[in-house]
Amino acid sequence: MKTCLVVDDSKVIRKVARHILETLDFEVREAGDGREALDSCLDTPPDVILLDWNMPVMSGMDFLRALKDSGLPTRPKVVFCTTENGMAYIRAAIEAGADEYVMKPFDRETLESKLQIVGVA
Amino acid sequence: MPPPQSTASAMNMIAALLEQRSGQQIAANRAWRIETALKPILRERGLANLDELVAQLVAARSGELGDQVVDALLNQETSFFRDAAVLDAVGDAVQEMRHQVSDRRLRIWSAGCSTGQEPLSLAMLFAERGMGDGLCAPEIVATDLSPAALARARSGKFSQFEIQRGLPVRRMMTWFDSQGGDWVAKHDLVRRVQFRQHNLTADPAPPGKFDIILCRNVLLYFSPAMRRTVFDVLSSAIRPGGLLVLGAGETVIGQTEHFTPSERFRGFYRAAIPSLHTSRAAAAG
Repeated sequence: MKTCLVVDDSKVIRKVARHILETLDFEVREAGDGREALDSCLDTPPDVILLDWNMPVMSGMDFLRALKDSGLPTRPKVVFCTTENGMAYIRAAIEAGADEYVMKPFDRETLESKLQIVGVA
Repeated sequence: MPPPQSTASAMNMIAALLEQRSGQQIAANRAWRIETALKPILRERGLANLDELVAQLVAARSGELGDQVVDALLNQETSFFRDAAVLDAVGDAVQEMRHQVSDRRLRIWSAGCSTGQEPLSLAMLFAERGMGDGLCAPEIVATDLSPAALARARSGKFSQFEIQRGLPVRRMMTWFDSQGGDWVAKHDLVRRVQFRQHNLTADPAPPGKFDIILCRNVLLYFSPAMRRTVFDVLSSAIRPGGLLVLGAGETVIGQTEHFTPSERFRGFYRAAIPSLHTSRAAAAG
């Protein structure tokens, strides 16, 4: 079973994402900000991370940079999942190393499709 | 008081209209779709149920309302790079054919293209594989019965939900621009596809012969007899030895003699090549 870490400061979004991911046979872990997510990754790296952009303590972009510098032998796939839907944000995320990008709001088909594209579903 | 429910008779008449115009059948267990799909038309015309709609259809002098009803009932389900491995295999087949045919452009027909995601996916794929321009670039003809779907396809405009289904973000960045909440294909992409209205069950095939025909997830809505008719149309449009690509749950086996499973491309079907004997007999006759 593949593991997905859902990183979002909204409990509601985490709950919705968890529900969809569990129906797609993922084991789901949650983090409320980038710092929590980084600790979770360093402890046990997931297969894929669903990452919000704007969060307290550590943003999605800061988390992505920290993950790159963390020296993890295998970097999990990173799928940004955010309301920042402009091309400039998308380009910045991809240039910073994100593998895919989901624009909120999302549904099951969107999430499944993006997870297939990064090769984890 | 709630409006009276639509009768089975009205649903049957509307299902018959759909089959007559498009060949598509609605299975009995999906009859609920008729009312759901037609709700916007009922609302717009202030009609209480399908029986009142049928009354208007019978009284209507022009076919405009019928067109609207059929359009709303057609299944337009599609997505970018649907069954991506199949489209990759189409790319491989085109590259192989290019080695044998270098004096003309290959021709591809996307039959039943709905809102255009399939032919646009092919255009992206070919361009990315160095087959985007000149003789190398296959000519892509995309057809659908629905004028509304074709208008959307030609506009290249997709909602946020549509653009995210199957389309990798890097391709989206390359080929689309953001416009308000929508995403619009660049002219350089849309220009690579010729969109045309075509009824697979009633019209002759588009002119010229095609090297590859994609007709995916279309035949499953047709009766066996209608499928045979459509296979005849597809057969008349394909070059001998050309490839037919169907949807995952569709097959030619037991339904037509015009195509046989391809040995080279799994899941594709090869158009029959007339034998020398048959060709001579035909020429003599």
